[in-house]
Amino acid sequence: MPKDGGIGASSKRREDVRFLTGTGNYTDDINIHGQAHVFFLRSDIAHGTITSVDTGAAEGMPGVVKVFTGADFEAVGGMPCGWQVTDKHGQPMQEPKHPILAHGKVRHVGEPIAAVVADTLEQARDAAEAIVVDIDELPAVVDMKAAVASDDVKVHDDLTSNLCYDWGFVEENKDATDAAFEAAAHVTTLELVNNRLVANPMEPRVAVGDYARGTDESTLYTTSQNPHVIRLLMGAFVLGIPEHKLRVVAPDVGGGFGTKIFHYQEEAFCTFAAKACNRAVKWTSSRSEAFMSDAHGRDHVTKIELALDGDNNFTAVRTETYANMGAYLSTFAPSIPTWLHGTLMAGNYKTPLIYVNVKAVFTNTVPVDAYRGAGRPEATFQLERVIDKAARELGVDPVELRRQNFITEFPYATPVAVEYDTGDYHATMDKVLEISDRDGFAARRAESEAKGKLRGFGINCFIEACGIAPSNLVGQLGARAGLYESATVRVNATGGLVVMTGSHSHGQGHETSFAQVVADMIGIDENMVEIVHGDTSKTPMGMGTYGSRSIAVGGSAMVRATEKIIAKAKKIASHLLEASESDIELKDGAFSVAGTDKSVAWGDVTLAAYVPHNYPLEDIEPGLEETAFYDPSNFTYPAGAYTCEVEVDPATGEVTIERFASADDFGNVVNPMIVEGQVHGGIAQGIGQALLENCSYDENGQLLTASYMDYTMPRADNLPQMDHYVVDHSCQTPCTHNPLGVKGCGEAGAIGSPPTVINAIIDALQSGGHDVAHIDMPATPARVWAAMHG
Amino acid sequence: MYNFDVETPGTVADAVAAMGRDEAQALGGGQTLIPTLKQRLASPSVLVSLSGVAEMKGVCTGDDGQLCIGGATTHATVAREATQYPALAAMASHIGDPAVRNRGTIGGSLANNDPSACYPAGVLGSGATVVTNTREIAADDYFQGMFDTALDEGEIITEVRFPIPEAANYQKFVQPASRFALVGVFVAKFADGVRVAVTGASEDGVFRWSEAEAALSSDFSAGALDGLSLSGDGMISDLHGTGAYRAHLVAVMTKRAVDAVA
Ligand SMILES: Cc1cc2nc3c(=O)[nH]c(=O)nc-3n(C[C@H](O)[C@H](O)[C@H](O)COP(=O)(O)OP(=O)(O)OC[C@H]3O[C@@H](n4cnc5c(N)ncnc54)[C@H](O)[C@@H]3O)c2cc1C
Repeated sequence: MPKDGGIGASSKRREDVRFLTGTGNYTDDINIHGQAHVFFLRSDIAHGTITSVDTGAAEGMPGVVKVFTGADFEAVGGMPCGWQVTDKHGQPMQEPKHPILAHGKVRHVGEPIAAVVADTLEQARDAAEAIVVDIDELPAVVDMKAAVASDDVKVHDDLTSNLCYDWGFVEENKDATDAAFEAAAHVTTLELVNNRLVANPMEPRVAVGDYARGTDESTLYTTSQNPHVIRLLMGAFVLGIPEHKLRVVAPDVGGGFGTKIFHYQEEAFCTFAAKACNRAVKWTSSRSEAFMSDAHGRDHVTKIELALDGDNNFTAVRTETYANMGAYLSTFAPSIPTWLHGTLMAGNYKTPLIYVNVKAVFTNTVPVDAYRGAGRPEATFQLERVIDKAARELGVDPVELRRQNFITEFPYATPVAVEYDTGDYHATMDKVLEISDRDGFAARRAESEAKGKLRGFGINCFIEACGIAPSNLVGQLGARAGLYESATVRVNATGGLVVMTGSHSHGQGHETSFAQVVADMIGIDENMVEIVHGDTSKTPMGMGTYGSRSIAVGGSAMVRATEKIIAKAKKIASHLLEASESDIELKDGAFSVAGTDKSVAWGDVTLAAYVPHNYPLEDIEPGLEETAFYDPSNFTYPAGAYTCEVEVDPATGEVTIERFASADDFGNVVNPMIVEGQVHGGIAQGIGQALLENCSYDENGQLLTASYMDYTMPRADNLPQMDHYVVDHSCQTPCTHNPLGVKGCGEAGAIGSPPTVINAIIDALQSGGHDVAHIDMPATPARVWAAMHG
Repeated sequence: MYNFDVETPGTVADAVAAMGRDEAQALGGGQTLIPTLKQRLASPSVLVSLSGVAEMKGVCTGDDGQLCIGGATTHATVAREATQYPALAAMASHIGDPAVRNRGTIGGSLANNDPSACYPAGVLGSGATVVTNTREIAADDYFQGMFDTALDEGEIITEVRFPIPEAANYQKFVQPASRFALVGVFVAKFADGVRVAVTGASEDGVFRWSEAEAALSSDFSAGALDGLSLSGDGMISDLHGTGAYRAHLVAVMTKRAVDAVA
């Protein structure tokens, strides 16, 4: 039975009312009296030595308040990196300085060199054109292998090379893994590229810095997924503003997909400049700026090998990956190809030996960091592609090869340092075969062939690790932050609640689903619960939203705080009912005495808490407000199986997605409609990566895909019809270590789907007699046609 | 954007006069020009908006039976009203998205002569006539290479006249990102022969594929094109496809256009 409220109900997203009626409050909607505007003069050269920046003419232009260059920031810190990776020799990664405005050198197209603050944006831009910048252009390095092979072109002169780190995982397993390859009956090898992507949230980044001279308080309004993290990084490491004098607000945010996790120069600049100019300073990114200043995603070049014994059991996996860092380390960049990628290389399989090598490389490109899935799509793509290739080489059913190697006993400790708590991979495989009607595929293929098209069926599994934790472990792995979450539940006198959560919602629908959880626990209407997030002056210190962590970690903190509320409310109720506390039961918003008809309503208890006339003041404090911080004991491990059917037009190489099905195990589900929307959206982005999106540089470091004229976003007509776009989450093995038994669903679609699409294309091409073993993403018509014609 | 003045003439004569101002530039639907201005890649001091010139708007049939489209007519209007020439209307209906079609004009498209635009193929494939405030220019003389036309400085396209073929079809294979034509082929069969115009492919802009025209003029069937191919040399090679791929697509799209109407 579908529920009409609480956990498990598809409650309509309450926040959509304001988003769809134009009454949201996005950062660009914030205008502060007297604000000035900043225009950043950005480098159009990928690599060069700055010999001079002459701002003289610009300073005299109409409306100009102040012109800033790199020299103005010598006294403040650079952009910090939030994760230090230790290489395979036990040495820390190389960590270059990352200035707010370029100093000495420019290292990628789009790097800000100077900033003009003026009364209007057009005046700032006019003045920026009058700045004379002299740069001695240097050769650029874009290709990762070339960057490592030679030091001829060094992105950072003060580092020993372009190698950030050379990471081995698990280094102690390397020799045993190599030996397993020696002993293997069959080895499948695959070299592939995980294409560089630009996140492209609908709302570009915006920052508004404000400064109150009277109180010496700085405020930053910014498009962030984690305002507290920005406050800590920017306050403590960049500008030296104590947290009690710094407020960071991330109001409505129009999509993040990872790229709004990081602390960016423009945020620090606007905060700094507001004080320096004694005026609010606003920056709104243009779409063109977004392409060359938002952190990009993915960009791995990988060789993966899979060893099998004579019975087709996986005996070992070995990988070598080059991971692009871009020109500087973005906030969490070093962790993505390591701890969020290497730890996932077991996938859903009981491969006993795994060795992952990752070389992180500096190049003259925009920094690369987390993008929906972050490391896990890269792991899933290579593993599921090499398994598919092995099945073809061995002539066995790709489903059976996977099934034979599935992990079936839980908890399961992988050889890559994580322990899966629960899962049932056969169940999701069974489910996806059912909902995709694999049995009917042969008939559909025949129909396609009658139209002159090739049809392919792709299948694969995935596993994800969400809610990265616990903090003490990630600290050992190099994280420079904790990974708990927080919530304060404030009950008002008349019974309504406000939950102040450290999670941030920028499309995920937390204002609806979080309210469902609290309302369910108390047994009241969801509309009595309000969710507040995104303002460091309102919410307790929290780590924000990324890595599919919000319901698993933020939701758990909220549950813990609500449990404290209920415990205290029961004490109050026991006083009002003159009964023993242990006999008090809470159900449907009323406290009753077990075995009697005596009861008191939720609202009576909350009123008593704030108007404590009849109240045990000697035993408990008045008021009803509780805070909890929740630090998980483990990750959660959503997993699933996906299928895709494609048609390929052999005359043009064009690929269309005819059917897509997903069977996910997210543990318990709070709001099925929101979960399905997250999966649909994630798959759309995965299809985007597989067929359409590609961020491309030429050999001089010029960005070739700098606008939507060349960067292909997925559109509705690139996706299958809704009746053939089935997302299922009925297989549920609840998480064992968080109170809601939830696992997280935000990234699954983007993680599981890219290999599905490519597996399907390979199946289609091979059915047409084309001996194509692999095709790199995006599988554009031109690439597919070229692959078919050798 | 830099600052500029805007003139909003109501007649061709006033538009021509306004174009006489220093650094004046015509503004059609602004779908190309406005983004260019926003990026500060052009700095005209006066924009002469043609969208209020009533005599340059609309679709009608001339005395000689030709389809006449005013130079300031939007793609949406052509898609809706050029019913006498279904292939052209269909082509217009697939340009860009609704917002682009509601603003973008035939005159702007032809004046711009983007090597991947659709109208150049329609106009050259139809053997249409481009009418300006001073003269009539045959399509074969009008297109002079990428972004290059026979128009003189300040000359305004007031109308385009299309002879109506017996059969015609436009096949567009889209560039995935912009959805302009990666390759577009317009095939038109007239009593005196077949014309085949190709857009998107050549480094010299829209061109006629004469071998295909000859083959189709003697046998208007897709089979007549068997064995015909173009070289990838001189074809555009970019992120979205090599010259060889484009050359291949021209042959595929030409066959599909013929198949659609033969
Ligand atoms: C998102 C997008 C998608 C598009 N997709 C396609 C597509 O698929 N196929 C396609 O063919 N096109 C496409 N276009 C282009 C569009 O069709 C417009 O036709 C084209 O941009 C120019 O027309 P306009 O009226 O907007 O001209 P404007 O942008 O106003 O002007 C363009 C140039 O023509 C000049 N000009 C304008 N009118 C005249 C005139 N009457 N006489 C002389 N000179 C004139 C201007 O001075 C300027 O130099 C697309 C555009 C966009 C923005």
